[in-house]
Amino acid sequence: MRIRTAGVHSRRPLLPRLERLLWASLVYGALLLLALFILLPVGWMLTAALKPDTAPVFTYPPEWLPTRHFEWQTFVRALTDPDEPYLRYAANTAMLVFVNIVGSVVSNSLIAYAFARLRFRGRNLLFGILVATLLLPGPVLLIPQFLIFFNLGWYGTYLPLVVPSFLGNAFFVFLLRQYMRTIPRDLDEAARIDGAGHWQIFRHVILPLTAPALTVVAVFTFLGTWNDFFGPLLYLDDPDDFTVAIALATKVSRVGTEWNLLMAANLIAVIPPLVVYFLAQRRLIGGIASVGIRG
Amino acid sequence: MPSRRHRPGRGPQARAEERTAYLFLLPWFAGLLLLLAIPLVYAAYISLTNESLFESGRFIGLDNYAEMWDDPLFWKSLEVTIRWIVLSTPLFVAAGLGLSLLLNQRLPGMHLFRTILYIPAVLSGVAVTVLWFVLLNGESGAVNQLLRSAGWTDPPFWFDDRNWAMPAVAIMGLWGAGGGAVIFLAGLQNIPPHLYEAAAIDGAGALAKFRHITLPMLSPTIFFIAVNGVIDALLIFGPIFVISGGAYRGGPDDSLLFYMLYLYRKGFLEGQLGYAAALAWILTIIGVLMVWLTFRFERRFVFYESEQAE
Repeated sequence: MRIRTAGVHSRRPLLPRLERLLWASLVYGALLLLALFILLPVGWMLTAALKPDTAPVFTYPPEWLPTRHFEWQTFVRALTDPDEPYLRYAANTAMLVFVNIVGSVVSNSLIAYAFARLRFRGRNLLFGILVATLLLPGPVLLIPQFLIFFNLGWYGTYLPLVVPSFLGNAFFVFLLRQYMRTIPRDLDEAARIDGAGHWQIFRHVILPLTAPALTVVAVFTFLGTWNDFFGPLLYLDDPDDFTVAIALATKVSRVGTEWNLLMAANLIAVIPPLVVYFLAQRRLIGGIASVGIRG
Repeated sequence: MPSRRHRPGRGPQARAEERTAYLFLLPWFAGLLLLLAIPLVYAAYISLTNESLFESGRFIGLDNYAEMWDDPLFWKSLEVTIRWIVLSTPLFVAAGLGLSLLLNQRLPGMHLFRTILYIPAVLSGVAVTVLWFVLLNGESGAVNQLLRSAGWTDPPFWFDDRNWAMPAVAIMGLWGAGGGAVIFLAGLQNIPPHLYEAAAIDGAGALAKFRHITLPMLSPTIFFIAVNGVIDALLIFGPIFVISGGAYRGGPDDSLLFYMLYLYRKGFLEGQLGYAAALAWILTIIGVLMVWLTFRFERRFVFYESEQAE
C-alpha cells in the first residue's frame, strides 16, 4: 500500500516510515469498524427481508448477510399486499415528492432572484425577516397551522403537505440567493442590452446557471418529503392516502407483525433516498457543507 | 447592498423593477401570511382558550399555563427532554468531530468511507427507527445476540428498560453521526495549512496542533452543530413515536415521554388544542433560552478569524 503524505510531512524526515504505516493502519482499522457499524444493520435488514415465512428472523448468532435464503417474493408481497399495498404508498409518496420539487424549485428561485438581483424599497428589511424566519421554531405554529388547514377543509387531503412548498422556504431562498450572487452581473447587462426584461434574464440567464444549487434544493426536497413523518401523521386520515413513512410507523406497532415483511417494507422506504443520494452525492455533500460553513 | 451600476434615481424604470420584485416575491409574501403571521397570532390566542378538536373554545385567560404548573406529566416530559439534550448534544458533537478527524487523514479510499458513513443521514427516520427497534429487541434482537455470544449473559433490554431506553435512542442517533461529520470535515478542510506548517516548524506535536489550531479554528462549526443539536434534541418526536408504539405510551415508566410526544398526545389524541398550544409556547421559550445560552457560551469559546461575513 502506497501512502500519499501531505506536503508538510514529506519535509520532515524525522517521522519514520514505520510510524506512518502504523498510523495509517490504525486509521483504517477504526474506519473499517465504523463502516461495519453502518453496513451490518443494513445487511441484517436485507437478510431478514429475504427469508421465507418459515425461517426464523431472529437467530443466534445473528445473520448479518444473506447467505441461505433469497426469497425475493417477500418484496412482491410487501408491495402488493391488498391490506397494506406498499406500491400504492410509494406511488402516493412519489407524487408528493414530485409536486413538492416543482413547487420549491419554482417558488424559491423566483424569491431568490428578487433578493439577489432586483432593487426595491425594504429589501434589506425583508431579507432580515427572511433570515429571522430561519430561526423560527416550528412547534408553536403546529397547532394554529393545523386549525387553519382544518378550517380550510384541507384535513384528509394532500394540500397541507404540498401547498407550503409553493410558498418559499427561507433556507432554500438563502442558499439560492447566495449562489445567484456569484453569477457575474455582466451576463445580465449583456442580456439587458439585447432587450431582455427581468423575466427573460431570470429565465434564460440566471436559472440555467443556478442549476447546481437547484439540484441541491430538489434533492433536499425529495429527502424531506419522502422521509416526512409528522405532516402525514397530522393530516392524512384515509389509509389509502398513506405515505411509506406513516404506513411503516403504523405497521411496526401492530401486534403479530411478520418481521420479514416489515423489513422488506423498510427497505422499500430506504432504497429511493439511497439511490438519489448516490446519484447526487457530490453536490449534496458540498451543499450541506457550504451551508454549515456559512452558518 | 445596492449595486453601483444602477442609478439611484426613482425613475419609471426603477418603479417597474420594484413592481417586478414584488411580483417575484409574491409566493413568499403569501407564505409569510398563511404559514407564519396568521398562525403566530392565532397561536397566542388559542393558548388562552380551551379550544379542543371537538368544539370551539372560549377565553380562559392563563388557566392553561396554571394547569401546566400542576401537571406532573408536563414536568416529567420536561425532565426527560432536558436529560436528552444534556446527553445527546455533547455526544453527537464529539462523535461527529471524531469521525471527521478520521476522515480528514490524507489516505487513499477516504472518499469511500465518507460515502458509507453518510448513508444513515439520508434515510427515513421512521425506517431507521424501525430497523433499530428490531435490532435492539431485548429477547432476541441481533445486538443482544451479539452481546450474548460475546459473553454478556444478561444484556439490557434497551427500549423495555427504563434505564436503558434513552441510551438506546442515543445509539440509534450515533448511527447517523456521519451527517455532522461531513460538516465538520468541510470546516477542517477550510483551515489554512500554513498554520500547521508554522506550528510544525515551532516543533508542535499532533496533540498541541489539535488543541491550539484545530479546535479554535473549528469552533464556529462546533457551535453551529451544537445549536442544531440542541434544537433537534428539543424537538425529537418521530423515533419516539415509533418506539413507544404511538403517543399514548411514553416508554417504560414514561422514560421516553419527550416534550413533543406529550404535546402531540395532548393536542391530537386528547384533543386539548388550547392546552397543547400553551405547551408549544413554553417549548418555544425554552428553545429560545437554550439557543441564547449557547450563544453566551459561544462568546467565550468561539474564535472567529475575521468579522467578514461574505
